[in-house]
Amino acid sequence: MGLALLLVIWLITLIGSYFIIAKTWWLPVGASAAAAGIDHHFTTTFILMGAVFIAAQLALGWFSWKYRDRGAGSGPAQYSHGSTKLEMVWTILTMILFIGLNLASESIWATERFETAKPGAVQVEVTGMQFAWYFRYPGPDGKFGATKPELEDASLGGAGALGLDPTDPAAKDDVITGTMVVPVNREIEVILRSHDVIHSFFVPAMRFKQDAVPGLAIHMHFTPIETGEFEIACAELCGLGHYKMHGIVKVVSDEEFSQWLAAREAEKQ
Amino acid sequence: MVSHDSHAHAAPQGFIRKYIFSLDHKVIGLQYFFLALVAVFAGIFLSLLMRIHLVWPTASLPFFGEIKPETYLSLLTMHGTIMVFFVLTTAPQGGFGNYFLPIQLGAPDMAFPVLNMLSFWTTFLGFLVLVAAFFVTGGAPLHGWTGYAPLSALPSAGPGEGLGADLWIISIAIFCIGALMGALNFITTTLDMRAKGMTLMRMPLTCWAWFVTAILGLLAFGVLLSAGILLLMDRNLGTSFFVPLVTVNGVLTGHKGGSPLLWQHLFWFFGHPEVYIAILPAMGLCSQLLSVFSRKPIFGYRAMVYAILAIGFLGFMVWGHHMFMSGMSPYTAFAFSIMTMGIGVPSAIKTFNWLGTLWGGKIRFSSPMLFAIGFVSLFVVGGISGPFLAQPVLDIYLHETYFVIAHFHLIMGVASIFGIFAATYYWFPKMFGRMMNEPLAKTHFWLTFVGAYAIFMPMHYYGMAGGLRRYSQGTEVGWIHKLAPIQQFITFAAFITIASQFIFVFNLFWSMKKGEKAADNPWEATTLEWTTATPPPHDNFGGITPVVHNGPYEYSVPGAPRDFVMQTDAPVAARH
Repeated sequence: MGLALLLVIWLITLIGSYFIIAKTWWLPVGASAAAAGIDHHFTTTFILMGAVFIAAQLALGWFSWKYRDRGAGSGPAQYSHGSTKLEMVWTILTMILFIGLNLASESIWATERFETAKPGAVQVEVTGMQFAWYFRYPGPDGKFGATKPELEDASLGGAGALGLDPTDPAAKDDVITGTMVVPVNREIEVILRSHDVIHSFFVPAMRFKQDAVPGLAIHMHFTPIETGEFEIACAELCGLGHYKMHGIVKVVSDEEFSQWLAAREAEKQ
Repeated sequence: MVSHDSHAHAAPQGFIRKYIFSLDHKVIGLQYFFLALVAVFAGIFLSLLMRIHLVWPTASLPFFGEIKPETYLSLLTMHGTIMVFFVLTTAPQGGFGNYFLPIQLGAPDMAFPVLNMLSFWTTFLGFLVLVAAFFVTGGAPLHGWTGYAPLSALPSAGPGEGLGADLWIISIAIFCIGALMGALNFITTTLDMRAKGMTLMRMPLTCWAWFVTAILGLLAFGVLLSAGILLLMDRNLGTSFFVPLVTVNGVLTGHKGGSPLLWQHLFWFFGHPEVYIAILPAMGLCSQLLSVFSRKPIFGYRAMVYAILAIGFLGFMVWGHHMFMSGMSPYTAFAFSIMTMGIGVPSAIKTFNWLGTLWGGKIRFSSPMLFAIGFVSLFVVGGISGPFLAQPVLDIYLHETYFVIAHFHLIMGVASIFGIFAATYYWFPKMFGRMMNEPLAKTHFWLTFVGAYAIFMPMHYYGMAGGLRRYSQGTEVGWIHKLAPIQQFITFAAFITIASQFIFVFNLFWSMKKGEKAADNPWEATTLEWTTATPPPHDNFGGITPVVHNGPYEYSVPGAPRDFVMQTDAPVAARH
């Protein structure tokens, strides 16, 4: 029975680790400035925690076999209540490991979340509602027009869905789209809002996730470094259509972005 | 001389007082146990439907027909709620804790027998109310077991958010009241009812675990109860604790000024300690079993006690790690993250001590021991994913993915359930006077152990690749759609694992009637429950008041006549 435990535990450990080491299923290729640092810390954590995982499982399997009851002829079990010295050693070691690992990643967190977007960042307001994302650009005046909850009508789409107040001069040039278009290598300031329940704006390739909370305007930022189309999914349970609250971030060159925005402005005239 | 203190009560007469409205902690313990048994099969059944739906979305299923997206969400809400409250909180603490805490302490009963009876029947009522949510108009709520507002606060936010959601909240509130009564009883019993010589540092680690779990329950369930009442008021009385000015489908809801994050803070202030409420009793029990079946004293008894206390204490300071992506201040995320990594330290200490207990032992592989070793393995794999999620930088990606599902199912679900299985196999002889069938028990172990890994290991990969939880279908999102083969594998693994649980149920009921008669101390263990008759008499010790001379883990003491020294035996002179 001890041998069976050893074999099964070791085999599970081997198979479990294989798929991680082989990266059979892994994060998508990073497409934002933050991705490299985050992925590096992922790898560090995997190596350290993986070593602990494998060591603990190997020891568990090995001890189960080695210290099995070998019948009446064998000697008694060791009579020991433990060792204070060993307790101190592994307490301090794990403390250094866990706290150290954590501190190593805090500078990335600080860059992502303590710092605000720099002046000149491209502003995009992202609004979640059951079950769609809307994206709004402030237009040439650089100001978002006022919105009013009582004006909201999702069936109108666009400005109507957001409840944009047509009497506000700042609202006149606001561009509202169903696809998020952003320029590459520029910092994007995202202003997250929700109309109804909590949603979460998740773009795996950008290593970006943040809840959109009704009543709050949450300011975040990221810098795409690859052009292409990247999928968005809602990552907070928001109701029966949660699984299909899907969208696209289209990252284009700076020129294409300016042309695209100008064309949208022209459509409004 | 027989001492009758104020807690002792006469043995009851008649079926109803003896088995239904019983004051005997042993009967109440069994009532909790059987409630949890019914609940766990309900919870498993729901998960089975979910697993089938994920792989065959158009299949027609019993009771529910073809599952709609909102039905899928109802299933996961009820699965989580039933499992967390009525299984993981009910069986280890209410069930085994009730039955064995007084006996292991050398007490004739719990401190407050009437309160004990009330706490069970309150919990039972809570379960009925929860199940009723399936049968009302609109069905069960779809807001998940975490019930985030405003989704949970607005009847217009989705199907099931009407009467079903009210029943869900009322059920949890009732459960909280029962849990609070239970917690008071456990704490008082541990502090006041210990036998002569049973100092705190001679208590078995099971008693320490139940004691600290009860303290956690007392502090956590009160907060959840209050939060539930506030949510009920938001829904029915027009208050706005958790709801700001929102519209649903463009219609104003009439609320304004509330904070959705307040619900999350209150919920997780309960929700994180709840993890330890589920796992601590299993930790205590498996410590016990590793010592008993290795025929060795537990490695580092004091360190184990301090680790339990540290986990209990730190458990109240880490709730914010569920909220890194919630819009909470990023500075607090830093603090919560450090505390969370800190709680890994006592957990690691316990793992080292379990391995240290096996080291140099003389291991007997009885079924309780197999489950205890399985527990350690699962605790390690479930624990090791914690430091990923505890770091906000990695949580940016992993939050709300299946990586989280894998983590908490392994550590809080499967590891705790291995504790429950271990407890059942270990204490069944004492509770029912017969042994469980050992070959069946071992078959059950191997299938469940391998099956649990087969289900939950792949969920890590699914999450690493970005697969999101609470998605009734993965077809709408490109990167999730590609992961469908993993879901198929998990569903097949679940079929086999679930099927093998019937071996356990069969063994349980068959052994009650046909099992081999058990001796008073079949495992040659040292704690007080093994000094008394099998099953124990009404006052636990048949009129004798036990006197304790030894610690709980005196195995293979040099010079002792047997390889174990009971807690009531003459004192072990040599201690090092």
